[in-house]
Amino acid sequence: MSTAEPMAPDAPPKIRIRGLKKAFGSNVVLDGVDLDIAAGESLVVIGGSGTGKSVLLKCILGLLTPDAGSIQVDGEETVGLSEREMDRVRRKFGMLFQSAALFDSLPVWENVAFGLIQGKRAKRDEARKIAARRLTDVGLEPRVGELYPAELSGGMRKRVGLARAIATDPEIIFFDEPTTGLDPIMGHIIDNLIAKLTSKLGATGLSITHDMASARRISTRMAMLYKGRIVWDGPTAEIDRSGNPYVEQFINGSAEGPIDIPLQDHFA
Amino acid sequence: MVPVLQPLGRTFLAFLAVTGRLTLFAARGLSHCARPPFYGRSILRQMIDIGYYSLPVVGLTAIFTGMVLALQSYTGFARFSAESAIPNVVVVSITRELGPVLAGLMVAGRIGAAMAAEIGTMRVTEQIDALVTLATNPFKYLVAPRLIAGVLTLPVLVLVADIIGIFGGYLVSIYKLGFNPSTYLKNTLEFLTFEDVFSGLVKAAVFGFIITLMGCYHGYHSKGGAQGVGQATTNAVVSASILLLSFNYIITELFFAR
Ligand SMILES: Nc1ncnc2c1ncn2[C@@H]1O[C@H](COP(=O)(O)OP(=O)(O)OP(=O)(O)O)[C@@H](O)[C@H]1O
Ligand SMILES: [Mg+2]
Repeated sequence: MSTAEPMAPDAPPKIRIRGLKKAFGSNVVLDGVDLDIAAGESLVVIGGSGTGKSVLLKCILGLLTPDAGSIQVDGEETVGLSEREMDRVRRKFGMLFQSAALFDSLPVWENVAFGLIQGKRAKRDEARKIAARRLTDVGLEPRVGELYPAELSGGMRKRVGLARAIATDPEIIFFDEPTTGLDPIMGHIIDNLIAKLTSKLGATGLSITHDMASARRISTRMAMLYKGRIVWDGPTAEIDRSGNPYVEQFINGSAEGPIDIPLQDHFA
Repeated sequence: MVPVLQPLGRTFLAFLAVTGRLTLFAARGLSHCARPPFYGRSILRQMIDIGYYSLPVVGLTAIFTGMVLALQSYTGFARFSAESAIPNVVVVSITRELGPVLAGLMVAGRIGAAMAAEIGTMRVTEQIDALVTLATNPFKYLVAPRLIAGVLTLPVLVLVADIIGIFGGYLVSIYKLGFNPSTYLKNTLEFLTFEDVFSGLVKAAVFGFIITLMGCYHGYHSKGGAQGVGQATTNAVVSASILLLSFNYIITELFFAR
């Protein structure tokens, strides 16, 4: 199959998820997720805190083993692959963790260059140059490369994590709350970077964010996760006329609506 | 009857489960030791950590042990005027037992704990997940270099401990107990056998494996934040020490019980 070909309407999706289930003990987190992500699109998954958005990403990457269901990447079933085969599939991915998850025993530049040095066997000084370039892409000076993660602010760590996720030019990039903890200007710059990565470089993006303004900027499509299922998905342009009460409540951020929040008001 | 048997059975099953998990973990770690790529840089760093930075504590332990050994055996043997056996006692006990065991216990405290804490922190802060997404196998990158470094470094460390320990015994014998230096040295060399030293070094290699394995295992499986990491650290040191002492017996039996 040639990849140069523009997306045909019946082209297989980059990622296809069917009936994905994951529970931790009695806590059912994902309860039959169905989702397709087409090549080159940028999908944002929205949903309340604790609904399982991060768990969804970790299932796709094989960091958590699903209880049931199927995940296909480029048409290849990845649930049940051996560790070594999964490693091959993982080379297509880049991931920004919600907590950044930087290696604190390595300086920043080596964090960014890690995938190049370990995965792609690049020369250290060559990888170092690429790392410096990636750091400027996310708005950090190259001298930050000499620091250790413990010496960075929260927002800087997030951006280093982002630089690491994109350093190997992956085909598919996951961003778990890329702009949380950034100031509005930097948030905007990162949004533009993510939009550029997916629109210009043709990467497929899957992001999680709580910030609706940012979600609108980076996504071509949105999906809402609620109670372990995708309750709505559609083009970003249609989010305001989704006609879905869950989506409407979520994007308006109103406390009243169908979304069930276990809350007791002790101050009433 | 049942209330007694139930917890007993449960403990036994839990013990079997842990043994199984540990064996699988060790086998996985070993298989990655044998297959490329090798992380030479990490192995070197671990060797420096385990060997070089343990030298002060192991050296101090060894010198005082050698010294007290000479003193104790002198006061004991003087009762039946067998003082001339002191070099023998020092050499045999240090090379066979005290060198490897004391160095091993010291390293278990230093390195087993540090490894469990480091890997445990990486686990709870998702750094191990990040490794995996960067297509790097944590067994290959974290566990194998530590196992290799442990097995290679501990024998060297124990050899140094042997020398320092014997030297400690020499110091006390000459300067406190008034032995003749050249006679003492001659006796020491006479009693020094290859088999004794070799058995001690084999023990050291096994201990190196046990210590690093326990550090990695408990760190890798730690969960639940800072408290979980603390728990993993304790478990690593305690289990490494107990395993180390039991394997010490087994190896001694293999070498000397005939
Ligand atoms: N390793 C784990 N072990 C047990 N439970 C887990 C684990 N990881 C996640 N969970 C549970 O899964 C649920 C979803 O967690 P997840 O991190 O995916 O939420 P989220 O949608 O990303 O929320 P947020 O927007 O706050 O990041 C939570 O109830 C959490 O307690
Ligand atoms: Mg999350």
